[in-house]
Amino acid sequence: MSVIRHPKDFWSGVMYLAFGLAAVWLARDYGMGSAGRMGPGYFPTVLGALLALIGLISAVRAFFGDGEGIGRFALGEVALVLGAVLLFGFLVRSAGLVVALPALVVIGAFASKRFRLAPSLLLAAGLTVFSVLVFVKGLGVPMPMLGTWFGG
Amino acid sequence: MEILANLWLGLETAMSLANLAYCLLGVFLGTAIGVLPGLGPVATIAMLLPATFGLPPVAALIMLAGIYYGAQYGGSTTAILVNLPGESSSVVTALDGYQMARQGHAGKALATAAIGSFIAGTLSTLLIAFFAPPLADVALTFGPAEYFSLMVLGLVASIVLAHGSLLHAVGMIVFGLLLGLVGTDVNSGTARYTFDLPELADGINFVVVAMGVFGIGEIVRNLEHEMTREVMIKRVTGLLPTREDFRRIIAPVLRGTALGSVLGILPGGGAMLASFSAYALEKKVSPNAANFGKGAIEGVAAPESANNAGAQTSFIPMLTLGIPSNPVMALMIGAMIIQGIQPGPAVMTEQPTLFWGLIVSMWIGNFFLLVLNLPLIGLWVRMILVPYHLLYPAILVFCAIGVFSLNNSTFDVHLMALFGLAGYVFAKLDCEPAPLMLGFILGPMMEEYLRRALLLSKGDPSVFVTRPISAVMLLLALAGLIAVLSPALRRKRDEAFTEDD
Repeated sequence: MSVIRHPKDFWSGVMYLAFGLAAVWLARDYGMGSAGRMGPGYFPTVLGALLALIGLISAVRAFFGDGEGIGRFALGEVALVLGAVLLFGFLVRSAGLVVALPALVVIGAFASKRFRLAPSLLLAAGLTVFSVLVFVKGLGVPMPMLGTWFGG
Repeated sequence: MEILANLWLGLETAMSLANLAYCLLGVFLGTAIGVLPGLGPVATIAMLLPATFGLPPVAALIMLAGIYYGAQYGGSTTAILVNLPGESSSVVTALDGYQMARQGHAGKALATAAIGSFIAGTLSTLLIAFFAPPLADVALTFGPAEYFSLMVLGLVASIVLAHGSLLHAVGMIVFGLLLGLVGTDVNSGTARYTFDLPELADGINFVVVAMGVFGIGEIVRNLEHEMTREVMIKRVTGLLPTREDFRRIIAPVLRGTALGSVLGILPGGGAMLASFSAYALEKKVSPNAANFGKGAIEGVAAPESANNAGAQTSFIPMLTLGIPSNPVMALMIGAMIIQGIQPGPAVMTEQPTLFWGLIVSMWIGNFFLLVLNLPLIGLWVRMILVPYHLLYPAILVFCAIGVFSLNNSTFDVHLMALFGLAGYVFAKLDCEPAPLMLGFILGPMMEEYLRRALLLSKGDPSVFVTRPISAVMLLLALAGLIAVLSPALRRKRDEAFTEDD
């Protein structure tokens, strides 16, 4: 048992505190103005300070009340799912949908414990055909099927 | 009778063949996606939002409203059949609904949910028709001071009604308010929190946040607890409730509707609080209270009616004041702005066909739900049976394409991934994302009204208490804050939310 008795409160407090202080610090050049003619920095500074204060209370409170632990952080799943989405963003224009979508589906699907290659490839093919038909042909979303890499 | 003339206008609009078709399509798609486990109304609407961009405003809003109650009903179906509530508002439905299903009464539970929702939908649509116009008239007299105070009241109400820790509810609201300020300040042109990225100059799109937190974040969370689902029911039979069942559900349905309608109007409450409170109330007053949790039909009827009534009446503040009371309404406001309509009290007078058409279409949509869902139950069961490891890659695809198509921006796709991470972290730390979304939408509005109010009063802050309507709202907000800090109400509040264990 560590001194932090409520880890969830502690770490969310740290999160609020960090974002609150960052908000205040970043807003330092925005210009406070006066109450009658508020500058762009006024509202963010007040809110940032408030958020930092809430964070501080939450973090301090964590030393006095008990709470359950946070548990394992699903690092692998996070990396695969978010990585797949990021990769889609990078590929959609350059390689086009026919590459970006299967990459998204297969890499994303790999995060599951029940991943098997053959069904995932099949799913990727099906979803790609569906998306091209519905979104590109049907709804007219301007997404390249083949990207700039292929002269699209 | 002006109201009849208005409803007639709405009926003409909503009954046009195209709008009927969009309403039906919305209800169908909403249910189809809503039944998928792990997808609540916010994610469903966010995912389907881009599909409505090409439509005329009336059709787009009618379809989105249809998606909303379709998704809500779909979530209840999943709760009843597999004990996996897709969203928080159907958590309590799962308690008795799933027990009924296990005892072989799945059909009856589903029919009860549909009938209860329909009755609730009909009554609350009438409520909107009667109460929205006078409220909009009042709202037309509002100045910036009133709007600011109203939003303060709204945020306080959402803190009072929030689920879980008070401190975190406040923290997430303030966090959301700050996120909402990202972008170019309208008054001075200063770029705030943009890190010199041109993509952030117009601020963060609400859909990106919603899909990241409620779509991607939810996927990671589900993968963490990946498990096999037990689907009891392969075939659902015995759909029609008996006369005896009707007699048993009618009072719970009406009580649920009344409670849900009131709670739906309050900010932050919406459908979830409505269903929790209705279940708690029914457990106290029902003659069959002993059987609650063991498959009592009343325990399905009351929360289902309440959540549908709450879903409908949450349109009232959105349509009359332009203020969202929950993330779903925030998405609806986003959709209106994309369609070039500035939400607010003027919508009713400037766009009467849109306003009344939408209201009448809600009733028609509820009717569609009733006639569509029971015959199609076999299809919904098959959708629920799709294993999650094949389902979530499809959700990823729809989120990615949906977000990309907002602005044809790959930056938005990357930002969605970042909010996906945020959503997962929030879930890990028990920080509710709904207040964050509310703050996110209200942030820029609040700042704007605050600055305008103080500009008009030449910097005199007493303007908020000398204008009577504004003063009353701030007093109510203060009373709410005091009440929520008092031990007695805190206990009641905890009670209302402990039904899910």
